[in-house]
Amino acid sequence: MSTVPADLKYTRSHEWVRTLADGTVAVGITDHAQHALGDLVFVEVPEAGRAVKAGEPCAVVESVKAASDVYAPLAGEVTAGNPKLKEKPETLNTDPYGEGWLMRLKPAPGALTGAALLSAADYQKVLEAEGG
Amino acid sequence: MGRQTPLFKLHQELGARIVDFGGWDMPVQYSSQIGEHHAVRRAAGVFDVSHMCVVELRGARVRALLQRLLANDVAKLRTPGKALYGCMLNERGGVIDDTIVYYLSDSWFRAVVNAGTRDKDLAWIRRHASACGVEVTERTDLAMLAIQGPEGRAKAAQLLAAADAGAALALPTFVGREIGGWFVARTGYTGEDGFEIMMPAADAVPAWRQLNSFGVASCGLGARDTLRLEAGMNLYGNDMDEGTQPFESGLGWTVAMEPRERAFIGREALEPIARGGSPRKLVGLVLTERGVLRSHQRVVIPGGGEGEITSGTFSPTLERSIAFARVPAGTGAAVQVEVRGKLLNVRVVKPPFVRFGQSLIESSKGPS
Repeated sequence: MSTVPADLKYTRSHEWVRTLADGTVAVGITDHAQHALGDLVFVEVPEAGRAVKAGEPCAVVESVKAASDVYAPLAGEVTAGNPKLKEKPETLNTDPYGEGWLMRLKPAPGALTGAALLSAADYQKVLEAEGG
Repeated sequence: MGRQTPLFKLHQELGARIVDFGGWDMPVQYSSQIGEHHAVRRAAGVFDVSHMCVVELRGARVRALLQRLLANDVAKLRTPGKALYGCMLNERGGVIDDTIVYYLSDSWFRAVVNAGTRDKDLAWIRRHASACGVEVTERTDLAMLAIQGPEGRAKAAQLLAAADAGAALALPTFVGREIGGWFVARTGYTGEDGFEIMMPAADAVPAWRQLNSFGVASCGLGARDTLRLEAGMNLYGNDMDEGTQPFESGLGWTVAMEPRERAFIGREALEPIARGGSPRKLVGLVLTERGVLRSHQRVVIPGGGEGEITSGTFSPTLERSIAFARVPAGTGAAVQVEVRGKLLNVRVVKPPFVRFGQSLIESSKGPS
C-alpha cells in the first residue's frame, strides 16, 4: 500500500504539491507513481525561470521500462529543479515526498487557490478507483 | 485476463507486478527490476518462461522438414540433445520467428518458439509438416524455468537427486537431456551460464520455492529484457519481424547458405543479400551522455542517412543506456539519436555489451 501524506495536495496524474513558508510550492511524484514506474534511472527537471501552465509536461522521469511525463500541477514560474536527481535518480524511489522533490514553483497569481488539486483523502479515492 | 502459467498464483503471492505479455499474465518484476538483474549477473535468478511454446516434431522425415523450415541447418546437429538457434523465414526472407530446436533422435526434434507468435508459428509448421508426414504436438503440460547466473547451475542441481545432479552439471553448453523426469538444457537468454528446465506443470511451484530457499532470486520479464539486451540477444517483434531479413537483424550468423542445394524457405530472397551484402545492419549503441535510448527513436548518421532503434534500455551493469539500432551498412563509429527533440551522442559498438558478468564495451574496437 503506498503512502499518501495528509498535509500535501495531489493531482489525478500522481503529482504532489507542498506549500512552503515562502509562498512557493515544491512538486514531486507520489509514492504510488514511483512504485508503478519501478527503478528510476534518469530524470529531466525544468530550468529555473521557465514559465509553466497547469497540466503542461515539465519534467520527465525514466525508469528501466519507460519514460513518463510529469505535469505542472498549477501555473507558475520554476524557481528550481532538484539538482540531486541528475546524479541520483533513484532518490525518487527511496524518498518521493522528501529528497526526491522534482521542482519548486512560484505560483502565478491566484494559481494555487484556483488549481483543482485533490486532498489526501480524495487522492486516496483515486488510487482505490485505479485498483492501487 | 490472459493465459496463466502454472506459477501464476505463486507470482502473485511473491508480490510480482503482473503484465500482459503476448496474451499471457506474466510477472514483470517482484521488488526491483535492477536488483533482479544484478542477482543474475552476480549470483542466480529464476524466471518463469512457461509461456513459451514447446513443440514436439516426430516423424521419419523431421530433419528434412526442419532443413526446409529453418535458415540455419539442422544437419549441424549430430549429437542427441544438441540444440540449434535459428529463424523460420517467409518466402521474402522475413523472419516469422526465432526458435531453438533440440535434436533428440532421428525421428524426434523439439522446438521452442515465442509465446506471442505461437498461433502463426504452429500454423506455419503444421502446413509444411503434413507434406513430410511429421506429427506436430504442442506440449501444454510442461512448465519451463530458466535458472541463470554464475551460481545458477549449481543451485538448480540441488533440485535433483545426487546422480541426476552430476548428469545435469556435466551437460555441455547448448545441450539438453532428459534427467530425472525433467528436460534439463544448458541454454538461456541472459549472457550467463545456466539451465532452462522443462518439467511437468505440477513440479513448477515446489521447484521455484526450493530455488528461493537456496537463495535464487525470483526474476521477472523486466530483468529478462535488460539481461538479454546486454547479452546482445535479439527479441522477436522488436529487433526482427516478418518485414526484416536476418542479415539486417544481426542474425546473419544463423543463416546457413551452404550447402547450396538446401532449399530452405526464404533462400531465394536472401541469395542476392548474401552475395552482395545487406544495405542495412543491426548495431549496438552506447549512450555517452545521460538519458535512456528507447525503441523507435531516430538515429542520425553524420554525413547523411538515418536509422532506428529497435530495442533500447538502461543497462544496470554498465550504468548507461544501450540499444540495438538498424542503420545503413556504411555507418561508422559515432552517431546521434534524437530523444525528445534533442540530439544525443552515441557510440556504435559490436554486441554483446556484457557476457559472464563482464563489460565488453571498454575494450571494444568499434563496429565490425
